[in-house]
Amino acid sequence: MASKGIKDRVAIVGMGCTKFGEHWDKGAEDLLVEAAYEAYGSAGIDPNDVDAYWLGTMGSGVSGLTLSEPLKIQYKPVTRVENMCATGSESLRQACYAVASGAFDVAMAIGVEKLKDSGFSGLVVANPPNDGTPACMTPPALFSLLAPAYFKKYGLDPEKGKDVLTRIAWKNHRNGARNPKAQFQKEVPMEAIRNSPKIADPLGIMDCSGVSDGAAAAIVVRAEDAHKYCKNPIYIKALSFVAGPAEGPLSPEYDFTTFPEVVASARDAYAQAGVTNPREQISLAEVHDCFTPTELVLYEDLGFSKRGGAWQDVMEGFFDLEGKLPVNPDGGLKSFGHPIGASGLRMMYEMWLQMRGEAGPRQLKNPRMGLTHNLGGQPGRCVSFVSVVGNQIG
Amino acid sequence: MAGIVSYGSYVPYRRLKRAAIAAVLGVPATRGERAVASFDEDSVSMAVEALRDALKTAPGAEVRSLIFGTTTAPYLEKLNAALVGAAARLPAEIRAIDSTGSIRAGLSAMLQAAESAAAGGGHAAVALADCRLGAPEGKLEQSGGDGAAAFIFGRDNVIAEIEASASLTREYLDSWRTPGERFSHSWEERFALTQAYGPFFRKIIREVLEKAKVAPGDLAKIVLDAPNQRAADEALRELKFDPARVADSLALTVGQTGAAHAALMLTAVLPSAKPGDRILVATVGDGADAMVLKVAPANANFRPVRSVGRMVESKGDVSYANYLKWREILPTEPPRRPDPDRPAAPPMMRAEKWKFGLIGSKCRACGTPQLPPQRVCVKCRAFDKMDPYPFADRHGRIATYAIDRLAYSLNPPTINAVVDYEGGGRFLCEMTDCEPDKVAIGDEVEMTFRRLFTADGVHNYFWKARPRR
Repeated sequence: MASKGIKDRVAIVGMGCTKFGEHWDKGAEDLLVEAAYEAYGSAGIDPNDVDAYWLGTMGSGVSGLTLSEPLKIQYKPVTRVENMCATGSESLRQACYAVASGAFDVAMAIGVEKLKDSGFSGLVVANPPNDGTPACMTPPALFSLLAPAYFKKYGLDPEKGKDVLTRIAWKNHRNGARNPKAQFQKEVPMEAIRNSPKIADPLGIMDCSGVSDGAAAAIVVRAEDAHKYCKNPIYIKALSFVAGPAEGPLSPEYDFTTFPEVVASARDAYAQAGVTNPREQISLAEVHDCFTPTELVLYEDLGFSKRGGAWQDVMEGFFDLEGKLPVNPDGGLKSFGHPIGASGLRMMYEMWLQMRGEAGPRQLKNPRMGLTHNLGGQPGRCVSFVSVVGNQIG
Repeated sequence: MAGIVSYGSYVPYRRLKRAAIAAVLGVPATRGERAVASFDEDSVSMAVEALRDALKTAPGAEVRSLIFGTTTAPYLEKLNAALVGAAARLPAEIRAIDSTGSIRAGLSAMLQAAESAAAGGGHAAVALADCRLGAPEGKLEQSGGDGAAAFIFGRDNVIAEIEASASLTREYLDSWRTPGERFSHSWEERFALTQAYGPFFRKIIREVLEKAKVAPGDLAKIVLDAPNQRAADEALRELKFDPARVADSLALTVGQTGAAHAALMLTAVLPSAKPGDRILVATVGDGADAMVLKVAPANANFRPVRSVGRMVESKGDVSYANYLKWREILPTEPPRRPDPDRPAAPPMMRAEKWKFGLIGSKCRACGTPQLPPQRVCVKCRAFDKMDPYPFADRHGRIATYAIDRLAYSLNPPTINAVVDYEGGGRFLCEMTDCEPDKVAIGDEVEMTFRRLFTADGVHNYFWKARPRR
């Protein structure tokens, strides 16, 4: 892995994020306008100050017109990007590199997804015409493959394993209850989570992230310009993105207890940021908890827990809001909701709030370095993004 | 004359108890149970199961023709035999024919194939399958069954030689179904019994025995198949056959499997037949066909891959409600999920060997088997150094699995398994013929050809894993 990184060369100087949830009264264009104008206001800039845009959406529109039309962008570059569920992070990565290169001074990354208009349960992805042989598995089923494999490898009986998964969902709902923009703002008792209707055994509906509408946006500039726009920017320490060779469904060497893509992107990001002990150095993390077993495995892949040790950390509250390393303090995909193209930027929005002391009832004490992790695909066949950000240079 | 070189048979895993039908509909129950093709099976997929087994026990056979016999072909236009041949990995250079229209289509196809082999047409394969569908409350719903049998005919190394055959074709109205109709009509039973089945059986059996110069008392086994068990029973009585020599009609365990049935009954008696035994096979339907087989010495060393008895024993129940859903007799609320996409013709043709034959690839550089076939090796990343590598007959073990209650299925939940094959290779595929609470990591599975779904009139066939039968 040989990415050189852009540590401390780019700063986020403004962000916006809509409430996530069932926006029956808003289309993707409304959500984009709301997130963009909140970000302009946050950075104290005029729309004309933005030189270029990167729009992330998986299926709520094609081309830059999806953004330029509702925002009436005046003949500027708008690039639509897509990288499955990591789409929002991908738009941020592109915008950061654009300003770092010097090609533009001010760029906006914005992501949106309008899922609730489909009329279907869960996420639906259109496939290109094919030979009818690819497995037609739903996302919860694909991620549920992790559970029996993890339980078996580390000797958890299924009941104990279910306790661990339940506690992850419980924590994320507890955090979301302290977040006015979250889709679900209620704590949920463990029993209700545990006994929720089965979707993909052992996963119940309460092990799944919320199907949601929403948008989020960030304005990025070169770090040396950051203070022209705001007093307390946050700085990009690392951006890593990898697409894997999809070995999982092909190779018996893959054991469904890890995401090799996440391991690779974390290693790359830590090298860029100079992180050597993530469990100690990271103050908070927003990770891709699309389903509860995903979050469990991510703790280990990101180096927060030792192999086979994440479930104990979960049960001991290590990742709780009051724990040593709070994970998904904003409620995560589970409670904040998962409008695909917006989620990566929503994670960054929590970094923005926490590092600036604006997270209200869930505010952590003096966070200095945060991590966001976003993935798209399925175990053994995915793309993974890891960022590290901080509120200080150096 | 030519004869049978190899055979295979197939009885689907699911059984419907006749009492379960009667309990719901309030109609008189008949005894026993019937075999039911699962929601993902049809005559093509079952024929493939039987033919794959028949080919396994005919290693040297060079098959030059294939006849698929059925009364329930999945396609009215489009050669069903082409599908069967592709899934059984027969070469492209064969003549392929669908034989249909009557339950007699099966035995007629066998005689045709035998004559073709005798005339020097090379090995001739016959795959017979049926999925008998009767309207609720009707007799056929209970008496019908689903199953398949397949034969390879040739001139050398035969296990049973065809000594004589006879055919009779008459035009009369007994059972019929026009395009677009799901259920067959039938004329009053007494008419067929007295005017068709009875006289036809008597005539055809006398004729074939005369041709073979075999006296009725010299027959070791009598395989008599009729759409109606009474017809067979009456014929057997009239011709004074020793009941001990009459082959099991499988009525209590499988049901009458249409065009496959005479053949299926024959595959059930062949394993215990001794060299020199004479076997009479006869069936009626729009006339009659009959043959006399003489069991050859090679039969003593022949073992089918799976015996009918073993498949009759390997079973799991289906409720009458699920049966009605599987056959789409009972409409249900559609899922709040999109309908599956119709598979596209160009990618299917490009992937013919993979999709239908489950042929993956094996890297010449590092020896790693992989599926679907790859161009860049997953292990050593060598480029375009792949040889074809078939997976259909390989067993595997479950590495992990998922029980999907959200996916659309006629038999929810959908079970998916990550299968690691003996000898290498991994595949993520659907499981079938299994119960969700019985799946476990490490379970042994085998591959089976199934119809995954039908979209816009296109049947999407592909492979699934099932617990070993």
